[in-house]
Amino acid sequence: MSNRRRFVATAVALTLVAGAGAIGYATFLMVPEVQATGGLGTAFTLTDDRGAPITEKALSGHPSLVYFGYTHCPDVCPTTLYDMAGWFKTLGPQADGLKAYFFTVDPERDTPEIMHSYTGNFTDRITGITGDPTEMQKAIKGWRIYAKKVPSPDGGYTMDHTASVLLVDAGGNLRGTIAYQENNDVALQKIRNLLQQD
Amino acid sequence: MLKQISALAAFGLAFLSSSLAFADDVKIGNLTISAPYVRAMVPGAPVGGGYMTITNTGGTDDRLVAASSPRATTVQIHEMKMDKEVMIMRELAGGLPIPAGQTVELKPGGYHVMFMKVAEPFVQGQTVRATLKFEKAGSIDVDFPVGSIAANKETSHVK
Repeated sequence: MSNRRRFVATAVALTLVAGAGAIGYATFLMVPEVQATGGLGTAFTLTDDRGAPITEKALSGHPSLVYFGYTHCPDVCPTTLYDMAGWFKTLGPQADGLKAYFFTVDPERDTPEIMHSYTGNFTDRITGITGDPTEMQKAIKGWRIYAKKVPSPDGGYTMDHTASVLLVDAGGNLRGTIAYQENNDVALQKIRNLLQQD
Repeated sequence: MLKQISALAAFGLAFLSSSLAFADDVKIGNLTISAPYVRAMVPGAPVGGGYMTITNTGGTDDRLVAASSPRATTVQIHEMKMDKEVMIMRELAGGLPIPAGQTVELKPGGYHVMFMKVAEPFVQGQTVRATLKFEKAGSIDVDFPVGSIAANKETSHVK
């Protein structure tokens, strides 16, 4: 590759990163106004990855990262949980009061044991949540998550689902989202903003 | 502009390649398969994604129609894409077209071969063999080195 081409390539790459960052930040600034009045969230009784009951109360009293995914997910879910583990590592003690929840959109296959071994592989800071499918639907709808079972020709199925991480404040209110593969610095800044609000 | 895009792609590829030791290119007919890899699987997850770059140097369109592996009960050819905030994943029932003279990249966030019902999770450092079947070029075995759980992410930040 010639120097000129390398320069062009670098410039293009930097522009893309900066652009994505700017758009992401602008989106974050807008979201609280739009959605804070939306009254997201709902009551639910589910099971955490250690088999203990967990309710919507787990989402109050401290800021939370909330993500809906499933373990039969080769790409976006492991990437996002890997990112979450990285955020906890980068933020260190700053994130002591922050909690993270991984709700499965596939509670029929994701048992507490599976959720425990899945989340534990990334960090012990993420609590897996599964349980009765009807109760899970309440949580999915309450947080306006899109989740749809799509049958595959072999008789199995995959799940289409919202891939963003929800930023929830200590009052249980949605404060913003982190998009799939969002610029990491922007993601970290969003989490810092969330931590400062509480 | 095309040159700039290809330069960018090459730049990105060179940058990403540094994290994984790729095997030599595999050739079959007019197809060249380069940089195959799979991600290490999360314990508890029965599926794994496989990625590679396929270049068709010939004058005839080809198509990746099937894949199989002794490590998985089934291997499907999938497309993943984002529709706004929603992740959508579909099996490509008709296979993945590899048009004449073009390069198709299977990468995180896009096309991938999905290893399903994997009995023994892929562990970083292993090699997973899969047989790829092309409509015109025929079948070939490809060894996929196992990278990290998030191998070759575009946003590498956890050192």
